[in-house]
Amino acid sequence: MEKLLHSVYLDEEKCLGCTTCLRSCPTGAIRVRGGKAIINESKCIDCGECIRICPHHAKLAKTDPLSKKDDYEYTVAMVAPAIIGQFKPKYSIDQILSAVKALGFDEVVEVAYGAEIVGQALKYEYHAKRYPHPLISSACPAVVKLIQVRFPELTGNICRLKSPMAMTARLIRKRIREEGIYKNSDVGVFFITPCAAKATMVNNPVSSEYDKYDQIDGAIAIKDIYSDLASLIGSCPIQEGIHNTTPESCTWALSGGESDYLKNKNVLHVDGIQNVINVLEEIECGKLDTIEFFEGLACIGGCVGGCLTVENNYVAKMYIQDRAKTMKQTSIVHMSDEYVKSIYNSGMMHIKERILPRSPEPLDQDINKAIEKMKQIEVLESKLPGLDCGSCGAPGCRALAEDIVAGKAKEIDCVFVLKDRVRDLSVLTNELLQVEHPTEKPLTKKD
Amino acid sequence: MSYELVFDVKRGDFDTAGEASRKIKRTLQQLGVSNKVIRKVSIAGYEGEMNLAIHSSGGKIILEVGEEELVLTIEDTGPGIANIDLAMTAGWSTAGDEVRQMGFGAGMGLPNMKNNADNFQISSKIGEGTKIVMKFLV
Repeated sequence: MEKLLHSVYLDEEKCLGCTTCLRSCPTGAIRVRGGKAIINESKCIDCGECIRICPHHAKLAKTDPLSKKDDYEYTVAMVAPAIIGQFKPKYSIDQILSAVKALGFDEVVEVAYGAEIVGQALKYEYHAKRYPHPLISSACPAVVKLIQVRFPELTGNICRLKSPMAMTARLIRKRIREEGIYKNSDVGVFFITPCAAKATMVNNPVSSEYDKYDQIDGAIAIKDIYSDLASLIGSCPIQEGIHNTTPESCTWALSGGESDYLKNKNVLHVDGIQNVINVLEEIECGKLDTIEFFEGLACIGGCVGGCLTVENNYVAKMYIQDRAKTMKQTSIVHMSDEYVKSIYNSGMMHIKERILPRSPEPLDQDINKAIEKMKQIEVLESKLPGLDCGSCGAPGCRALAEDIVAGKAKEIDCVFVLKDRVRDLSVLTNELLQVEHPTEKPLTKKD
Repeated sequence: MSYELVFDVKRGDFDTAGEASRKIKRTLQQLGVSNKVIRKVSIAGYEGEMNLAIHSSGGKIILEVGEEELVLTIEDTGPGIANIDLAMTAGWSTAGDEVRQMGFGAGMGLPNMKNNADNFQISSKIGEGTKIVMKFLV
């Protein structure tokens, strides 16, 4: 798969240019041009809102096909915790994982394993005091990007522990390397993803989160393998004891799952991108100064609400909670504080690169010119109807005014302005018709 | 070249409270002001906006953007502050229980504004109103 800044893309044939997606985009990244939606790569945060809302299913997420595993000698599927919410609790987690393996993987590992380590290490990171308050979770890549784009001043608050996904990949590769049977490059590690944002994390070259020791070779959408899993789950051989993660780590797929690891701290967990934006606004203006940890997840309910899942998010949440309550398999590995601390202290858990702002471009680099443009925008905006109807292809009147000043749109893109112009023209046409021309013969009255 | 934004804030209007600060933030981002300064203005602006909604009988927030500095003025029409020194003390507030239940009235508003601004001036007259002028270096 080619390297991309984001995973959401458009199926041009299906897009009717209906403008439904315009206003669902939390960063205003979409415009309709030439009857088709266009996504601005630098603004897209991969939250998947447009994928969810598009009535024509024209918005898709770029993920990898299952067949990509055939390129590797030894293959490992890493499943997101959200997967255990996709099937009724009458199927055991062992059964679900066995079905994933039966798709043709040599091994299946739960990302919940990495989640347990990251979750337990969170308290060390919190007490390391390298962050301003509150510490902000880095679990949801869409929220991290949202902060980079819309709340640049909060990027320093984002936790720089690696994601459970990256942690799991690293530990898998470490073990296989130590076993010494396969070369690192012959091992294919695939993430079974609930969302587009994680798919981007896997395929995004700009993040230095990964090196060859935590390389993930592809992201496969849960919904792409769901029907195969559904038919395998009742028929494939069950590998007992394959599930080995704690109930706490499995609830990482739900909003608040990560926060639960920080006991006795003032935590706030919020799900749904608009809700996350509202709370980040309060954090940014200093209102929530008693909050010590903030967990924001872009999808309603958390990862169970990811746009690449199949089961309804509320139902999936119920399934996961049911499972967590009754989970008492003997294969569950409870990690000791010493073990987690040794991994934490090894440095392998930390993202080396700082998470930097991706602030939108100012109107102009020169503040005087920017002010001039701002004034033009305001004049233009005052002439527009303020209906935010989207017919011009921009998400609202203000956005159209900004586009006009940036030279990317015209005033008559607004149908109301266009109609006014047509009316003015027709008045003028009428006036001109009334003028008697010197050589014109007088109209004869009809009897 | 300078630029001005004016917002009216009504007493007790919590539906729109925070809107002015949000608009100020977005405007400053578009004008290319650094994130650090934006954060300070956001915090001071939000505190000012809340003060107008909670304590005043209504007022205005005025943002002036110039090449070298930003000036944020919070102006109201009353009731005025009896003892400014006391009002500037961290933790001191006249906010009622109702407002405190909403999470405001911790007595940090004015000290927070002062801490975030590069220059802070406050003047007040009982019965006439309060005027706060904050300057931020760009």
